[in-house]
Amino acid sequence: MRSLLKRHLVITALLLLYIVISLSYRFELLNTYVMQLIMFAGINVVMTVSLGMINGFTGQFSIGHAGFMAAGAYSSIFLTTVIFQLTGTALPGKTLWGYLLFFLALGIGGLVAAVTGFLIGLPTLRLKGDYLAIVTMAFGEVIRTIIRVSEPLGGPRGVGGIPEYTNFTIVFLFALASIWLMRNFLLSTYGRASRAVRDNEIAAEMMGVDTTRQKVLVFTISAFFAGCAGAIYAHLLQYIHPDNFTFMKSLEYLIYLYIGGASTISGAITGAVIFTFIPELFRRFQAWRMVIYSLTLVLVMLLRPDGILGNREFRFLQRSQK
Amino acid sequence: MNSLLEMHQIDHYFGGLKAISRFNLALQAGEIVGLIGPNGAGKTTVFNLITGVYAPMQGEIRFNGIPIHGKRPSVVSNLGIARTFQNIRLFSEMSVIENIKVAYHSRQNYSLFSALFLTKQFRVKEGEIDQMASQLLEIFGLPARAHKPAGSLSYGEQRRLEIARALATDPSLLLLDEPAAGMDPTEADDLLNLIKRLQKDFGVTILLIEHQMRVVMGVCERIVVLNFGETIAEGTPAEIQNHPKVIEAYLGGSTA
Repeated sequence: MRSLLKRHLVITALLLLYIVISLSYRFELLNTYVMQLIMFAGINVVMTVSLGMINGFTGQFSIGHAGFMAAGAYSSIFLTTVIFQLTGTALPGKTLWGYLLFFLALGIGGLVAAVTGFLIGLPTLRLKGDYLAIVTMAFGEVIRTIIRVSEPLGGPRGVGGIPEYTNFTIVFLFALASIWLMRNFLLSTYGRASRAVRDNEIAAEMMGVDTTRQKVLVFTISAFFAGCAGAIYAHLLQYIHPDNFTFMKSLEYLIYLYIGGASTISGAITGAVIFTFIPELFRRFQAWRMVIYSLTLVLVMLLRPDGILGNREFRFLQRSQK
Repeated sequence: MNSLLEMHQIDHYFGGLKAISRFNLALQAGEIVGLIGPNGAGKTTVFNLITGVYAPMQGEIRFNGIPIHGKRPSVVSNLGIARTFQNIRLFSEMSVIENIKVAYHSRQNYSLFSALFLTKQFRVKEGEIDQMASQLLEIFGLPARAHKPAGSLSYGEQRRLEIARALATDPSLLLLDEPAAGMDPTEADDLLNLIKRLQKDFGVTILLIEHQMRVVMGVCERIVVLNFGETIAEGTPAEIQNHPKVIEAYLGGSTA
């Protein structure tokens, strides 16, 4: 009974959040810049939570997550922008047809990233610890480099003129849907199997969990969401470039995750939101900003190595019967 | 009569060290067999070879006639062999009941789609899993602790959970690696009775590594003695107790 009320509370709160932000923007209480920041937060949340599936819940060490974002971004814009640019046809723009194409591109972005994740995961997930980390970082670079040398994908010049299909509603719904799906995965037997792999891989094998298969599964699903996030990202920025997806980008998501709390979805969300907005709050400190940033990192790691939220999950993300 | 488990002429080395040499073992269904020997004799290596942690360098292992040597542990587990570990390997961050539930992942599975979209299949199967896990916890006297992290249990409770977890995989062969380690005589007696119950109520065949002779002599129908990777004696508890080679290997014999 209480859980039902809690869930209604959550839905109401989310609805309220959506309405408040939308109306604030409509009535110019929030400018375009802040709105963009909010949308970035949504994208970063999905990126961080998906990374958390691999690093936090399955205990692996994947540090090339931006590669999946790139795969999703570029494969999506291929459908909505590049094809038209190459053939010289006019872009569909913000018509019904245009949006349908965008949603298709979104799905394709996710799928391409997922396939990439699968192909990378299969051979590499037999590795452990540092070795796995290095290989994932390398693959992140490989993806980026392939894009960089592909002429149709703009090569080192990047691709511009991407229609701005992304809006607050889409980001909001996307973030909600992604979190919900990933939460369901993690609360199911698949989540248990992942955590078993994390807590004691040998024992997990002995209980019948094919640990390699499990890692590849999580990798692939995580990559899917990162790819979708990449697609949404591309259609927000309207101009993307291989340098958007370097190791630095992967590092960003790692920081968001570990500071917020790697072992929970709530931690990932918190980390992503805080770190999307904090740099903006400190903007007036100019170069000192980076020092403050780094100091915060060091402090958190020293004082609260489990992350800000530690092991605690927001109530509404937990299973209803506990 | 076909043995449940057959190990035939098994050799295994670690670098230059011969861990197991010309090892043979045949387990019949329903038996409780003990595997004893001084530290470093190769007993846990035998377990690791059976469960697929190592692939034997020579020899064959068959389970119900099916060759299992070289197969990965999850495959061996799904064929019906379960095992506990010498140093407890619980999923310490997960709750007690979740530790049990992991056993059902490869058996009572529902599709990924069901999990993602919270379908009826998901809810029904999760309910079944919860029921089965709860029942097992009841049998092992751990229901009050169901939602506590496994790492918070007392040592004795953790050992019991290890065994409960192994049984959740519904094995026909159970390998117990020093289940009485760290137990005083009273606890060891409880364990002894538990093992007998396992054989009776769950119908599992048991291969037991144990140093506490009280337990070994009390529960095993047959004992195999290892030293330096080779079998030096095999027989009933009475025969083994007085076997000169066994006494020599242990140097000073056993204390019950």
